Parts: sequence; structure tokens; C-alpha cells
Amino acid sequence: MADAQTSEPIRPVLAREPLVTNGRSMSWVTNKICGIVENRQPALWWYLFIPSVILMGVLGYCLAYLVVTGVGVWGNNHPVGWGWAITNFVFWIGIGHAGTLISAILFLTRQKWRTSVNRAAEAMTLFAVICAGIFPAIHVGRFWMVWFLAPVPNANGIWQNFKSPLLWDVFAVSTYFTVSVIFWYVGLIPDLATLRDRAKKGIRKLAYGFFALGWRGANRHWRHYEMAYLLLAALSTPLVLSVHSVVSFDFATSIVPGWHTTIFPPYFVAGAIFGGFAMVLTLMIPARKIYGLQDLITHKHIDNMAKIILLTGTIVGYAYIMELFISWYGGNKYEQAAFENRQFGYYKWAYWAMFFCNVISPQVFWFKYCRHNLWVVMAVCMCVNAGMWFERFVIIVTSIAQDFLPGAWDFYHPTRIEIWTFVGTFGLFLGLFLLFLRFFPVIAMSEIKGVLPESDPHYLPPETFTHDAEGEKLSHKGLKKTAKKTAKKTAKKTAKKATKKATKKATKKAAKKKKN
Amino acid sequence: MNTLKRVHGYIAEFETARDVYHAAEKVRDAGFKDWDVHSPFPIHGLDSAMGLKKSQLSWFVFIGGAIGTVTAFSLQFVTQVLIYPTLVQDKPTNIGTLPAFFPVMFELTVLFSAFTALFGSMILNKLPRWNHPLFASDQFERFSDDAFFLCIEARDPQFSKDETLKMLKDIGGKSIELIEDDI
Repeated sequence: MADAQTSEPIRPVLAREPLVTNGRSMSWVTNKICGIVENRQPALWWYLFIPSVILMGVLGYCLAYLVVTGVGVWGNNHPVGWGWAITNFVFWIGIGHAGTLISAILFLTRQKWRTSVNRAAEAMTLFAVICAGIFPAIHVGRFWMVWFLAPVPNANGIWQNFKSPLLWDVFAVSTYFTVSVIFWYVGLIPDLATLRDRAKKGIRKLAYGFFALGWRGANRHWRHYEMAYLLLAALSTPLVLSVHSVVSFDFATSIVPGWHTTIFPPYFVAGAIFGGFAMVLTLMIPARKIYGLQDLITHKHIDNMAKIILLTGTIVGYAYIMELFISWYGGNKYEQAAFENRQFGYYKWAYWAMFFCNVISPQVFWFKYCRHNLWVVMAVCMCVNAGMWFERFVIIVTSIAQDFLPGAWDFYHPTRIEIWTFVGTFGLFLGLFLLFLRFFPVIAMSEIKGVLPESDPHYLPPETFTHDAEGEKLSHKGLKKTAKKTAKKTAKKTAKKATKKATKKATKKAAKKKKN
Repeated sequence: MNTLKRVHGYIAEFETARDVYHAAEKVRDAGFKDWDVHSPFPIHGLDSAMGLKKSQLSWFVFIGGAIGTVTAFSLQFVTQVLIYPTLVQDKPTNIGTLPAFFPVMFELTVLFSAFTALFGSMILNKLPRWNHPLFASDQFERFSDDAFFLCIEARDPQFSKDETLKMLKDIGGKSIELIEDDI
């Protein structure tokens, strides 16, 4: 490296924000992420996990009670046969979509910031789909007949109706879950190898080693691995768009006023991504704080996700307004009545709650201040989480509670069992996510290492440049001096902090002793 | 006890992705065939620096996906049209029903392709393989942290115990280690 090296001209305005701040090294990344799995969990983990397990128990009880007693324990009846079960199904399946969007679509579009959030978002997808899958399965009424959904002929030799959107849904959701698991697992293999290599012995070494498949990081392997990952991303991209489109076909192919619209597939997909990103942020902002991942999940990441929420929220708002316009412009009186009922009927509170949460609240993200203030981001995400549930509730319940014949109209409200079943799925979701944090690397280490500046084979550290862009000789003496100074300063600061902490502890102990 | 050992090859450590990239170019130009670079992440452009072609996996996946499409079509066509024509919503029971079969055909195409991508890449990589001579090395486990290793295997026709060692030293390899395997 004796040749004169010229540094690139510096254009500070065009400089990109680094994806990993504070110039963290690769081994720092490894230690940080593996440390979460290898060390004891913070007390907060237990405070969240124990209630989650209790709620899981509640869920199990509600499901068992339903199966043992019968579907009468739910509020579903004519004319509202779908009620909360299908609302919750669509809600949860929508949550999952952000994970696949981050992992697949942002991968194909080379959005490198995805690397910090994709692992957790994909895990969230899996858990959301698990929660979603419960509802149609128990909604079939006789749970032991759920195998009727599978493509197997029944006792009379009759097969399923493959022309029905409900059957498409079975295929779409099960494929989605399977492909998401594969995608997630393929992404995990190199990181499991890291955990295997750090584990010294015992069950941990055995388990991680088994699932790491003997990964050696060989470039001849990376070649096929990267191709597999690329192909899985390319397959997941249309898949994720198809899943919520198919879910929307459940509604759109019927003739129920309020459901029978062609806008449903894109509107559902946008809504799913919208709600999913809100859930990703809801989970990741606290996790980032608790585990100290601020250098990996930076403000830039949160800012980007807030912008996606703004974009998709505005698309959803457009869809709401377009639905109203079409119902008026279409001239179908049943359609018009359905939308009038939505806005001003029994369920108007749900409609306006949805409208406020999904359309109005994300508009604050036009302002940088709001995208960078985590309390505002969390508040909006909570609004969106609630708003997207209300959206599904509004679509399902208001449309069928009052359809063609006024004599058949009825008011639907859930029973306690239904409410606790839904609350229970939150316990399941959160519990599974906490277990994921406990046992798996929460951030894709191999991918994060790949986006560090020194991972570029053409990267040269700034000290190696002997000449600047104009060809003038650079001296690094000044740089080195300042570096030394700052190092000294930080060392002093940390030392001061440490002494302060120590004195505080000592005084506390003394106070305690005195009390005793 | 058997004390015979077989030489697996040399591994040499490099500190940065840049170093291992340029070292790989030299090893490629020297004409080696059975060698590899072990890194914590896929290094951009290393395939060409090693003289590797594009992965063949996409062909496997294409075939897998095509099988998925055909499976879904036959499943639906045979059951809905041939063996038990099911008349629902006045939709035809002939090849004209095809549009209603598209969603399931699409889903199974994706499903079969995804499985082919997973198992195809495992087969091409000869994984899982939980036992490998490289795991005997103590320093090698750092490949999954922040170290880069270049491994030249003894089965390469150009391999020689002294010449290869010298070459690895010349291209900047550090802590070079001879990896041996129990027979």
C-alpha cells in the first residue's frame, strides 16, 4: 500500500447517514447481539413474560370452553356470523405483512437499513400468523372437523370447492406461514453458527449447532446461500401481496353491500403493511431501549418506518374516501345505505375511531420532530394498532349487521369469551416474541456486518490516504492528536461517572444499614 | 489408538475483507481449484475474485416452481372437472374454470419454489455437515465473528506442504495453520 492514495472529494451534503452509528466494529456487533441471548434477561423481560403466559392460559381456557360447550358461547348469530373471530383473523394476518415487506420487498429494492429490523419483524410475522390461524380454525364451529379445510375428499368422495375464496385463503395463509418460516430460518443459519461457535458446551452448543447445519461461512456456500435468499425474497414479494388480496377476496367476491368492491385487494394490502409497521415499531422501540441497541436501530430506521406508516396510512385514507365516493357515484342504494350506516348508524363510534386512528393520527409524521420523538411515534403506533383492528371490525360487522332486509337486522356485540380469546392472543403473541428475544439473535448479525463500511472489499480506512482530492499531501498527525484527546476526555468522563455511581451506591448502602 | 492423520489443508487468517479479497484474487490467478474463503458475511464481489460462476440454484427453483404449478392445476382440474364435476355458483366445469384455479396455482408455485430453494441450496452446499476438519481448529471459530480465513485444501493438485505455506505468507496470511483430519 505504498502508492499515493487519494481520498474522494468530501461532499458533506450528500453523505448518507451511517446505518450503524458510533463506528461499531464487527466483534462489537457479535458481542452485543449474542450477549442478549447468552446473559440473563433483564427483570422487565420477566415482568412481561409472566403476564403473557397467564394470558396464554386464558386463551387456552377460552378455546377449550368453546370446543367443549359449543359456538353459542360467542356472540355470533344471524345476521353477523363472522364477528370478532374473523375481525381478529384479518387483524393478525395483516400485522404479519410488515415483516415480509421488510424482509423481502426492501431486500429486493436494496434498502440496506432493513438489516437491523428484519429478523425481529420476520419473527413477528410468524407469531402474528400463528395468532391469526387460531381464529378461522375455531370459527369452523366443530373444531374436530377442521380437516375439511385440507384438500382431502370427505366421506362422500366430494372434494373442496376450489373456486371459493375461502379455500384460496387456506392455501394462501398456509403457504405464507411456511414460506415465512423458511425465509426466517435461512436468514438465521449464519447467526446460529455464531452462537454455536461462542457456546462452549452443553445443550446450547448442541441445539445451535444442530440448527446451524455445520455452517462454515465458506464463500462457495455463501454463493448458493445468497441466491437462495434472493429467490426467497423474490417469491415472498408477490406472495405477501397475494395473501391479503386473497383475504380481501373473502369479502369482495360476495355481494354484501360494503364488501362488494374492487378496491379491496390494494386497500387491504396497504392497510396490512400500515398496521404491521406500527406493530414492528411498537415492539422494537422498547426492545431497542431495553437491550441498548440504539447504535444498530438508529433514529434513521425509526424515521424510515414512520415515513412508510405515513405513506400507507394516507393510501388507506384515500381508500376510505374513495369507497364513500364510489358508493355515492355508483348509485346503488344498498351500497349507499351501507356506507351511511357505517358513518352514522349503530357503529358510528367504530367508524370514526378508525378514521381518526388510521388517517388523521399518522399525519403528524410529516414533521421531522414527530418522527424523531419516540413518545410521539409510540403514541401514533398505538393509535394505528387500534385503528386497524377497528377497520376490520367496521368492514365486517357494519356490513352484515344491516344488509338487504331490515327485518333481519340485528346488533352484534361480543361475549366475554370472545373478548378474552382476543386478549389471550396478545399474550400468545407477546410471549412468543419474548421467547424469540431470549433464544434467537434479535438482529441479523451477518447482514449487519455486511453493511458496515469496512465490509466493502474496496474500503480503505481514512488513515491510509496520503493525498486529498486536490492532490495535496495529508498529514494525519493532527487527526491522531484530536483522536487521542477525545479518547482521553471520554475516559475521564466514564471514570467520573463510575466514581459517582460508586459513591451513590455506597451512600445508599450506608442509608440502608442505618435503617436496619 | 490410531495416530495417523490426513492433511486437510492450510488456513490463513486475514484481518479485513479487503485483504482477503485481494488474496483471493492471487490464489485464483495461481490456478488453485480446491480452496475457499470463510467470512462472517458474504463479501461483495468475492465470487468473481475467486473465479466462481453464478449459482445454479435458480434453475432448480424454476423447475420446483413449475412442478408446483402443474400439481396445483392437476389437483384442481382432476377433482373439480374430471372425477366429480362440482357445479357451484353456475361456474363452468371445464377448462373455462381455469381463472378460478389461479390463486391456488400461484400459492403452490411459491410453496414448491421455496422448498426447492431451501433444500436445493442445502444440497448444493452439501449441508448439513456437522463434522468438518476445519472445526478442529481453535482459531477457525472466529470466522463467525470478525475474522476472514482463506483455506487451501490438500486435495488440490497444486498443493504442496512448503510451497503453499510460502505463498500464503507472501499474500499476507497470518497465523497460518495446518489442518489435519483423523482418518
